[in-house]
Amino acid sequence: MIEIKNLSKSLGNKQVLKDIAFNLPKGGISSIIGPNGAGKSTLLCLMARLLSLDSGSVAFDGLDIAKTRDDTLAKKISILTQSNAISSRLSVEQLVMFGRFPHHRGRPRLADEEFVTIMLELMELTDIRFDFIDELSGGQQQRAFIAMILAQDTDYILLDEPLNNLDMKHARNIMKTLKDVADNMNKTIILVIHDINFAAHYSDYFIGLKQGEIIVRGDVDTVLTQSQIKLIYDIDVSINIINNKKHIFYYS
Amino acid sequence: MFKSDRNTLISLGLLSITFIILFLTYNVGGSWSFALAFRGKKLVVLVLIAIAIATSTILFHTATQNRIITPSIMGFDALFIFIQTVLLFFMGAIQFISFEGIAKFLVEMGVMVSVFLAMFYWLFLRGNRSVYLLALTGIILGIFFRSLVNFIFRILDPNSFAVLQSELFSSFNAVETNLIFIAAPMIIACLFFVYLLRYKLEIIALGKNTAVALGVNYRATVFAMLAIIAILVAVSTALVGPITFFGLLVSHLAYQITKHQNHLNLIIISSLIAICTLVGGQFIFEKLLNMQATLSIVIECIGGITFLLILMRAHKK
Repeated sequence: MIEIKNLSKSLGNKQVLKDIAFNLPKGGISSIIGPNGAGKSTLLCLMARLLSLDSGSVAFDGLDIAKTRDDTLAKKISILTQSNAISSRLSVEQLVMFGRFPHHRGRPRLADEEFVTIMLELMELTDIRFDFIDELSGGQQQRAFIAMILAQDTDYILLDEPLNNLDMKHARNIMKTLKDVADNMNKTIILVIHDINFAAHYSDYFIGLKQGEIIVRGDVDTVLTQSQIKLIYDIDVSINIINNKKHIFYYS
Repeated sequence: MFKSDRNTLISLGLLSITFIILFLTYNVGGSWSFALAFRGKKLVVLVLIAIAIATSTILFHTATQNRIITPSIMGFDALFIFIQTVLLFFMGAIQFISFEGIAKFLVEMGVMVSVFLAMFYWLFLRGNRSVYLLALTGIILGIFFRSLVNFIFRILDPNSFAVLQSELFSSFNAVETNLIFIAAPMIIACLFFVYLLRYKLEIIALGKNTAVALGVNYRATVFAMLAIIAILVAVSTALVGPITFFGLLVSHLAYQITKHQNHLNLIIISSLIAICTLVGGQFIFEKLLNMQATLSIVIECIGGITFLLILMRAHKK
């Protein structure tokens, strides 16, 4: 369970997040949605202790991130951020192996290597496992980073726009994989996602953020309605049910 | 771990040994014991400097996530000249000369390491971590120190100035061999700590966010790295004086020829390249060319051109 209590954050003079508080049960996929500049990425970074909290607290299964050791947290939460520039020359396989670092502390064992092989297979990277990261396309890099995050094998996985740079096929496959991981391996996945239809299709829970405040949260039927989307994004949409799933049509 | 780079390591190792033997034994005219002791001391200094500069440059690149700026390009040499000049100015020429040796070395080291750490703590670990800011600050501080030095030069009397000049232009031909016994243990201790940190270095190279997410204590590790860099740079500067582009040259050669780029490999290969360049170069210039040219000038020239090439290539990207 994730417990967030009256969390606030300012960057410069601007207050990015105001008094955020919510609890999130274990398991499933949750999506944080909202317009640009709503504070979605900041919230994710704060939860993963990449930024320091101005006030409030975040705890995963009772472990307060401000008081728990870094190496303990590294086995509890993993995060994929938006910018992943790497200056050293690494192969895909080496990068994914770094995801195992919290478990092997620098000396990979056979179990770690097997784990990496499975993740490479899962992210369809086996063919390019020896290629260098800086020579891959954006989508291939993104998949390599997701494989690294999954290799960390944590209970909580935070992903900031995991579908960046991905084509239709790989975007769908990754969402299916995430759903599978969440349901069958009892992981809790939290996404920041812009493609609302992907969110509608695969998420169990939604958090709508606007100007640093949570304005709505709940399941598909609570959050993905015409009135709530109008409230979050300020646009009119039409919602169609196809194959029992909501499709949000916003192109007109 | 070394498998893919075994050939590179073996050939560089053999080349270093060849240069070392040539340096020690070529054309010994008189007493062998005197020649070996004399050349041996000089050799030890050259090897120590080679390792210190190569290691500190690679660590610095990892800590700052860039491969262009090095401590010496940032104007660390200016700080060294500044300390020497201020010491002389306040002590006077006579005392300055009698203050030679270990005490002076330790004072210089202390000042350089604390200024370096303070500067980096302020610039780098507290928030803003832009490489451009780092480079600009370095250049401006460099100009600041050099201007102060120039000012002191003007008000010094000619005798003191001559003393200072000979002190500042310590070079590969006139290395400070009497400092070996204190410099060597410091460098070896630094290398030992680098060895302890070797796995964490790979994680630090992935950037701050990834390092924190993977459970490495980023601030503590980078601070330890900066402390090691500061000591290595200070020791090598105190031994032979400033060489601006040497670290850049050997580190980039290592990045080019190393296949499996973990830090252990990179540091060993760049150190071997540095030993080949210094010992081999010094052998060629001192023994074959009879001091007709100076090694440091050639290194600066080649290193400077490399620096420009790297900048141009980075610009193209």
